[in-house]
Amino acid sequence: MAETVRENPLLKVEQLKMYFPLTKGLLSKTYSWVKAVDGISFEIYPNETFGLVGESGCGKSTTGKCAIRVLQPTEGRVVYKGRDIAGLSKSMLKPYRRELQLIFQDPYGSLNPRQSVFSILKEAVVLDRERHTAVEANERVDELLTLVGLDPDMKSRYPHEMSGGQRQRLGIARALACNPKLVVCDEPVSALDVSIQAQIVNLFRELQAKLGLTYLFIAHDLAVVRHMADRIAIMYLGKIVEVIDSDHIFREALHPYTVALLSALPTTDYYQERKRSRIILEGEVPSPVNKPAGCAFHPRCKYATETCRQVSPGLRNVGRNHCVACHNVAV
Amino acid sequence: MGERILEVRNLCTSFFTHEGEVKAVNDVSFHIDEQEIVAFVGESGCGKTVTQLSLLQIVPAPPGKITGGEVFFKGRDLLQHKPNSPEMRSVRGAGIAMIFQEPMTSLNPVFTVGHQLTDIIMLHRKVGHKEAWEMGIEALRSVEIPEPEVRMRNYPFELSGGMRQRVMIAMAVYCNPDIIIADEPTTALDVTTQAQVLELLVSLVKQHRKSLIIVTHNLGVVTRYVDRIYVMYAGRIIESGSTEEIMTKPRHPYTIGLLNSVPKIEKERSEKLIPIKGAPPWLIDMDPRCTFLPRCSYACEVCETKEFPKLRRLGESDHFIACHRDIAGSITGSTTGRLDSAGRHDLGGEAHG
Repeated sequence: MAETVRENPLLKVEQLKMYFPLTKGLLSKTYSWVKAVDGISFEIYPNETFGLVGESGCGKSTTGKCAIRVLQPTEGRVVYKGRDIAGLSKSMLKPYRRELQLIFQDPYGSLNPRQSVFSILKEAVVLDRERHTAVEANERVDELLTLVGLDPDMKSRYPHEMSGGQRQRLGIARALACNPKLVVCDEPVSALDVSIQAQIVNLFRELQAKLGLTYLFIAHDLAVVRHMADRIAIMYLGKIVEVIDSDHIFREALHPYTVALLSALPTTDYYQERKRSRIILEGEVPSPVNKPAGCAFHPRCKYATETCRQVSPGLRNVGRNHCVACHNVAV
Repeated sequence: MGERILEVRNLCTSFFTHEGEVKAVNDVSFHIDEQEIVAFVGESGCGKTVTQLSLLQIVPAPPGKITGGEVFFKGRDLLQHKPNSPEMRSVRGAGIAMIFQEPMTSLNPVFTVGHQLTDIIMLHRKVGHKEAWEMGIEALRSVEIPEPEVRMRNYPFELSGGMRQRVMIAMAVYCNPDIIIADEPTTALDVTTQAQVLELLVSLVKQHRKSLIIVTHNLGVVTRYVDRIYVMYAGRIIESGSTEEIMTKPRHPYTIGLLNSVPKIEKERSEKLIPIKGAPPWLIDMDPRCTFLPRCSYACEVCETKEFPKLRRLGESDHFIACHRDIAGSITGSTTGRLDSAGRHDLGGEAHG
């Protein structure tokens, strides 16, 4: 199958590794490492939404933070607009900060409770490279609030006076203040109620169309990610096990973990839910400190062979931008 | 389905705060039969958890207070007894057991799993320590925990989230209660663990012929296992019926809205989600009219003027809604279409008084 020819990626991550040391004793001697992200590569193209899914502890948030250099990766390259930013110093990174923004899961924890809405947004606005007079800054704050569907009259409120959905909208407005190119959304809707979740998901899509944003969308809920993202990477224990177009994931997923995730996903379709059989995975996710040898998924995989126990599989392209890391999938 | 084991009538629970009375549970009536699995569905703050806490009279008081209603458990009214009376104590755990959302906060961090498990077994089964320990191992084995002998000596923090929730299930089931209430039992767990724990819970309940109440905000979770659903909004039950009825022919605008807001993996991605506008109301000084009115896209003159609609039966079925209007259009199911985004829909039946 022919690969679709694409423009240059906005962000390219190559063999990214992020290890956290485990220390003990008075001198904090490192005795082991948490291999949170263990050699992953992916590309994000302009105007695309790239989804990252996995269970807690699989390294998806760490990946997101490395991608915009909130964390400095242990190894690997993070190429943004053709330049490797993985090793840049704090001051060298400054021009990139505006273009790379982060939206957090917990909108309450990421907003200063002692700052009013206006003060939170103005802080972000004055950091924008364009100089603003006081009046212009005010206008920009109003503009941002309207953009995310908040009433500009809310300016004088404090975060605790707002509902969860409104706070998340404020978090989004703050991230958009400097006209970013790439926004990393780290579980942006999982703390919200279902009816509010849909409002925010729709808002993300509207903003993308309006402002030409590129998203790295991180979540544990496959249904939400599939709805948002154009392509999805499924992570398991610090590695990407499958990358697939989200239009195809429901029918064409190949990796046993992806298939199990899809099957575990609760649906609201009564007749289908009652008749479909579920794949219940045995056991739990192993610790990222003592990873199993070979394929990290093999202790829970019913297709595991001797090769799986010894050799870690690499991502292989099986056509149509679909990559799988599994020994048992024929190319 | 067996006999009616629990019948709750007009239950009201309020929290008295500085700002005023929060009517967390407002005139809630429901029932559960033997060997039945029912679900309470709603968003945070809708009163679904407080309803369950009220049954066992474990609402934090003050500020909480059960202000009215009757809770008939096996024919006797539990609310006649004081919260700390021997009668209530004998119901908790042995009659109605509860599994909470966050197993880490419901297990004591400074005692081993075995210690806590044997405590409960000795209390309810009237056996000695040694026997209780053996029974504890048996209980852990029944919830499919590997190496139960080792796990008995572990502290809660040494177990994973799924494992802790299994311990809670073991505790609940082993006291042999008639009803198990599971309050968001899988919300804190990962998707694949969620499936494991739910399958286990439901199979244990069925095997022991118990009744189960699942409290959840996730409509998808309940579709598979539950016989009947109660949908709650702002302290009231606004729709109830069999799972099939609710999931395929929801009639209350709020339930319809909830089902529309969930992204569906089997549907086209280009379809926009249809959110419910606005946010849930404050429960202080509530509008006497329909609580869903400000968010409802079907609201009409009747809704603007009349008081909160009482739950009423639809035809001969067991389907109840609290809505002045009757929206016959259904939304889910593979055969039927969706509502347009404005939510305007031809009315099937005319508005009832």
